[in-house]
Amino acid sequence: MKNNKNILSAILVFTLIATGIYSCSDEFLDETQNYNIDSENFFNSEEDYYLALVGAYDLLQASYVNVLLGEIASDNTLCGGESATDVVGFQQIDDMGHTEVNSNLRDIWSWMFAGVSRTNYFLENQNKTAFDGRDAMVAEARFLRAYYHFELVKWFGGIPIKNYEAALSGAGERFVPGDELSIPRSSVAEVYALIESDLIYAVNNLEYTAPQVGRVTKGAAEALLGKAYLYQNKFTEAATVLDNVINNGPYDLALDYATIFESGGENNVESVFEVQYTDAEGAGFGCLQCSEGNIAVGFNGIRNYSGPTFDSGYSFNVPTQEAVDAFETGDSRKDVSILDIEAWATTTQATFGVGYEHTGYYNRKYLARQGDQNMGDQNLTNPNNYRSIRFADVLLMAAEANNRGSIDDAKAQLYLNRVRERAFGNTTSNVSASGTALTDAIYHERRVELVGEGHRFFDLVRTGQAASEIDGFVAGRNELFPIPIEEIQFSNGLWTQNTTY
Amino acid sequence: MKKIFYSALMTLAFAFTASAQNATVSGTVKSSADGLPLIGVNVIVKDTSTGAVSDFDGNFTITNVQPNATLVFTYIGFETKELPASANMNVSLEEDNESLDEIVVIGYGSKSRKDVTGSVSFVGAETIEKLKPVDVSQALQGTTTGVSVSSASGSPGSGFKFLIRGVSSNSSNDPLLVVDGYIVSNLNSLNPNDIESLTVLKDAQAAIYGIQGANGVILVTTKNGKKNTAPKVSYNAFAAVQQTTKKLSLLNGTEYAALVNESYAANGQSLPHTNLSGLGEGLDWQDQIFDQALMTNHNLSLSGGTEKITYYLSATHLDQDGIIAPDKSNYVRDNIKLNLGVDVNDRLKTTLNLNYFSNSRKSINESGLGSVLFNAISYSPLFTLDQEDVGGVFGSDAALFGNEIINPLSQIRDTYNSYSGSSIEGNFQLEYKLTDALKVTSRIGFKTYSDKSKSFSPIVDYGAGKVFNTTRSTVNQSRNQYDSYTWDSFATYKKSIADKHNIETTVGMTVVKNWGDGLSGTGYDVPYNSWDFADISQTTGLGTGNDTSSYTYDNRLLSYFGRLQYDFKGKYLLSAMVRRDGSSAFDNEYRIDYFKSVTAGWKISEENFLKDNETIDFLKLRGSYGTLGNLVGADLYKALLSGEATYVFDGVLSNGQALGKLPNKIAQWETAEKLDIGLDAKLFNNKLEIVADYFLEDRVDLLIENLPVSGILGTTAPGSSAPTVNAGTTRSEGYELLLNYSDNISENLSFNVSYNVTKIKGEVINIIGDVSPTGGSFGVGQPLLPSIMTVGQPIGSFYGLQTNGIFQNQAEVNAHPTQEGLGYAASPGDIRYVDVNGDNKIDADDRTFIGKPLADYFMGFNFSINYKNFDFSAYTYAEVGKEMVRNYERDQPNVNRLDYYLDRWTGPGTSNTVPRATTGATTNKLFSDFFVEDASFVRIQNIQLGYSLPEDLLEKIGMSKVRIYTSVNNAFTFTKYKGFDPAATNGAAIGGGIDSGFYPAVRQYILGLNVSF
Repeated sequence: MKNNKNILSAILVFTLIATGIYSCSDEFLDETQNYNIDSENFFNSEEDYYLALVGAYDLLQASYVNVLLGEIASDNTLCGGESATDVVGFQQIDDMGHTEVNSNLRDIWSWMFAGVSRTNYFLENQNKTAFDGRDAMVAEARFLRAYYHFELVKWFGGIPIKNYEAALSGAGERFVPGDELSIPRSSVAEVYALIESDLIYAVNNLEYTAPQVGRVTKGAAEALLGKAYLYQNKFTEAATVLDNVINNGPYDLALDYATIFESGGENNVESVFEVQYTDAEGAGFGCLQCSEGNIAVGFNGIRNYSGPTFDSGYSFNVPTQEAVDAFETGDSRKDVSILDIEAWATTTQATFGVGYEHTGYYNRKYLARQGDQNMGDQNLTNPNNYRSIRFADVLLMAAEANNRGSIDDAKAQLYLNRVRERAFGNTTSNVSASGTALTDAIYHERRVELVGEGHRFFDLVRTGQAASEIDGFVAGRNELFPIPIEEIQFSNGLWTQNTTY
Repeated sequence: MKKIFYSALMTLAFAFTASAQNATVSGTVKSSADGLPLIGVNVIVKDTSTGAVSDFDGNFTITNVQPNATLVFTYIGFETKELPASANMNVSLEEDNESLDEIVVIGYGSKSRKDVTGSVSFVGAETIEKLKPVDVSQALQGTTTGVSVSSASGSPGSGFKFLIRGVSSNSSNDPLLVVDGYIVSNLNSLNPNDIESLTVLKDAQAAIYGIQGANGVILVTTKNGKKNTAPKVSYNAFAAVQQTTKKLSLLNGTEYAALVNESYAANGQSLPHTNLSGLGEGLDWQDQIFDQALMTNHNLSLSGGTEKITYYLSATHLDQDGIIAPDKSNYVRDNIKLNLGVDVNDRLKTTLNLNYFSNSRKSINESGLGSVLFNAISYSPLFTLDQEDVGGVFGSDAALFGNEIINPLSQIRDTYNSYSGSSIEGNFQLEYKLTDALKVTSRIGFKTYSDKSKSFSPIVDYGAGKVFNTTRSTVNQSRNQYDSYTWDSFATYKKSIADKHNIETTVGMTVVKNWGDGLSGTGYDVPYNSWDFADISQTTGLGTGNDTSSYTYDNRLLSYFGRLQYDFKGKYLLSAMVRRDGSSAFDNEYRIDYFKSVTAGWKISEENFLKDNETIDFLKLRGSYGTLGNLVGADLYKALLSGEATYVFDGVLSNGQALGKLPNKIAQWETAEKLDIGLDAKLFNNKLEIVADYFLEDRVDLLIENLPVSGILGTTAPGSSAPTVNAGTTRSEGYELLLNYSDNISENLSFNVSYNVTKIKGEVINIIGDVSPTGGSFGVGQPLLPSIMTVGQPIGSFYGLQTNGIFQNQAEVNAHPTQEGLGYAASPGDIRYVDVNGDNKIDADDRTFIGKPLADYFMGFNFSINYKNFDFSAYTYAEVGKEMVRNYERDQPNVNRLDYYLDRWTGPGTSNTVPRATTGATTNKLFSDFFVEDASFVRIQNIQLGYSLPEDLLEKIGMSKVRIYTSVNNAFTFTKYKGFDPAATNGAAIGGGIDSGFYPAVRQYILGLNVSF
């Protein structure tokens, strides 16, 4: 009796313990639902995808500095500002004296990669939930990834790409800490291959009209693809895709060049892709990339300005005499693109201050205009959209591809002259040259048509003219900007610095 | 159970049938060592509950003893003896050398203190009884080495925090709390009367608790009855009158008006107080809000045991009023406790511990800007009791003070809240002896606590712009449920081989789960603007948004552990332990880790050369080394969608979702690497006890925020930030010394003196990435945070400007580097800051180390003496070498100030310590060492005098103990610190020691009674 009870007790205790051990494998730790929506259980509805896509677009606004420095680095403008030490990073780039220690270059690196990260977050989850129209959203995300990658490859050359092969077939994956030690820089060609693959997908899955103004269209994808081809001197491919935009896209030149850069000209018929800004939300210097306004506009603004039409700003990015002189007589674009502040002050009784490297000229396309809400810091919240790809640009790129690829000079002339006819208001200024003379004419036309829009430095680099045109530019060195020193250090030397920096 | 029943029945039967032949047995019990009588020896007739306790002379008498009965003599510290009952017995008991020491719980087992090889502190029931803490946590203050206890408030029902051997972590320094084997998050649910002992594991011995052991472990054992003891009923009660330990020295009405005038004049403004004469002293608002308050405590308990059953039952009621607004600030606690031990048979033992706890609390706004005390310090002494700050006085149409300062009495009047909660906690344990060597134990401990709270904001208007104004009345109500269980299963194998090799092995597992949920809501427009109708059910209005919220949580821990203890002849001791922990707070791939430690001891006094030493009775050298974890960094592997995702579509802002702070998939807990070398000694016939320890701890893998990371991770995206990464190391080094001397000088006189000191030096060794996390807050709207974690300094050091006197004249200002970089140029009478970095200008870069909140030395000095029937004791606690920040002064032109402002600069040569008074903008309010004060202190925590009725009288009235006593808690505090309480802190690792007007500790005058029978 007593023995039986002992045995019973023993069995009881052992059953308890055994049950414990059995039921408590590590699966016990797999937490139950706690009603948190975090990054890993998102993307459950079309709405979720849309919300994440908004996040991916957000970093486009941070590309204001790319545009600003694309001009400053070129022969179009001087850095300006208040003094020689006002934004040292800008000043150094203007003088081609920049080194790997440059916080502004680090901004470009970090902000564009922040954009990459958000697009990859979207693409990581692209297959989680099915709904009609998902392919188009994925296409938008891939366009945005291509856009950010294109900026990075322009500035820094080859960059690290996570799971390159998978990315090439449309997958996405965010970098995680530690990747900087194990993922080397892809080659420039590899980056472009990914950009092309993303954009081809976007072209095939988007329409020419987007569901909302500001979102990516098929035309934007085609134009950016053509531009990417052109940057690689793939003229045939560039010509094909750009011809297609011109022939099949809904775009045309705005009738009056002067209307393009006013607020009424935003998202007009000429706008192929436009980065959207607003003055509806305040901003601060603590997080410039957080601003919903176009910060470049405040930086371009007239120093201590008081007068009609314009608002004041920080007098950066001031056009050189040489850039002003590039305009031919009779070119209506000159007064739209360049503000001669002395003359303006004389006519309007406006007053202004003289900043560093004062040339007497301002980048009129992207000057702060009066009449904006300008929430918060008014220099940081200008609503001027950045006309990233204009139809005029597409025409000139198509002209260049057709000419330099020896495909069709006649077509090149046609495209070029469409642009010139608007500028001069007649056909008498049309170009009839061909061959390299036509090439030079196209180059010239790009400069004057697109002055102040951030393209000049990269046009000079890709066409091999930078060393002859830009003071201080050293061939074989300045084509690319240095990878920020911090990044080289984070990678523990895995990412080798661009030549001679 | 059946067996017990039968034996009880048998006894009863015998008792009835054999009563005629039963005899009275009496005798005397003495100690075999010195022949002195032993008082309070339990004498029980075996297998019955009949028995007696020996009296003052060692005499005992038991009536009705059957002829062949056996008597069992049990006495703590002596070997239990069984003798056949006879008429006149002369019994002498042998001292039990093994049990002379306390048995110390060490986690999943216990050990004789003599054999312990880790660093352990111990507080027994006597100390708790003496200190009369409202919360048992306080019993560790000053009574143990290496442990400090602090509170952010002296208000009734406020919580306590422990630090064991200082601050090693920037995240959490809270030790693991284990009550009878189950884990709890705080000790407030325990009634101090029910506590048998508190044991603190301070070193690598706690590695048996693995990932939870790095901050030390506090093991609480609750009381149980003793086997074979007669039922004992105890009633303990006390009543206390409470008052504040401190009032600040403020300016009186006239002094205040003069200062205000002076500061207006300095800024070229007209004087608000045109005639100072006749203003008089005015009001000291502290006198208006501090009150005498009552506290009462009643505790009734019953304990005892038979051969098979032990039991302890107790019920307690505590009622404490606050010294500010007693009817709006108070605490009531009820406990019912049951501990039951049943030996089912020779092999199976069960224990059941249960504790029911219920508490309710009301509180006022305390600690910081907007608190009642803050307002009492700041409000004008020239205002009348019911005067609101609505302007129209002293030449000002507008309100005089800042938006946060209102009449403290009105604030109390309009404060309405209630909180109550109750819990059941306890554990159920089965212990089965498979063989004499092998024992298996399984126990499940649990705690389930639910609470509800309500607060009502009536419609009030304290004058234009006041932040406390309410235009719509609201009532907030919330309910929370907190559950947890700890399930331990382990086996212990104990074997002696050849009487030399003693082996004890423990292997087992623990499963811990914490889960809970909460729900809260707000109702608008309370009928009649009255607390009587303040319930959401009665509200009539709608809010503007979502007025409800809820949450749930669930976290789990699964652990396996093993420990091997070996000793050779009890002389050389060695133990090794390993624990594998898995925590649900981390990513699947990174949630498992192993913690290991070894401890060793050498009882030198057992060696031949010391064995017969006259002076040294006991000497042991011990050491431990191991790794332990600190379970912080939960859920860092998950990214929340808290980023900013805003873009413009169709010309308007569109908000989306984006990642916030980046996740760190490989985030892990912190790890402590602990080394301890200690010495335990007893000298002079065990009169002097010495415990000394040296300790060194490296805390690695500290979680650091905002470390710079590669841009490819996308952390610069709006609203995102770098992941929190294991990237810091701290080192704590120090020593502890405990000296305890006790002596029985004569039969009538005995005393005990004990002193303990702990020296701790903490230092941040490295932070990868050259960042220095900052925290805390100082003043209002100052963007630079006052506390910092930076390499070479202790965690949470104060980081601000260094002062060097006051500028006496313009020439001195001109001769000094410009202070314009701080915001404003200096004028004579302003603070002169030191150009620390030598760049010939004073700015934020000149900030430097200006103090630290954690003391260098913690000390306790405790004394007790018994003379005849009187007992006296005193407990003293001190902290030396620490600073606190004076942050309870509002920087507003019209507020009242502390009286040190009487020494302010008023012209060249008038003061070199306190800057001028001005309403103009100065840099004098920036965080500097002007606001950092030496906060070292000595506090007499408890003085007590008791008288026990003599034995002969007790016998007559049938009692075993009657004691009345009077005591004073927090009797005196000696400090230079100007604020309310130098011992208070909010406990934050970074941001602690900043005094925003801590609610002071309470002085209690207690009258109490202990009765047992």
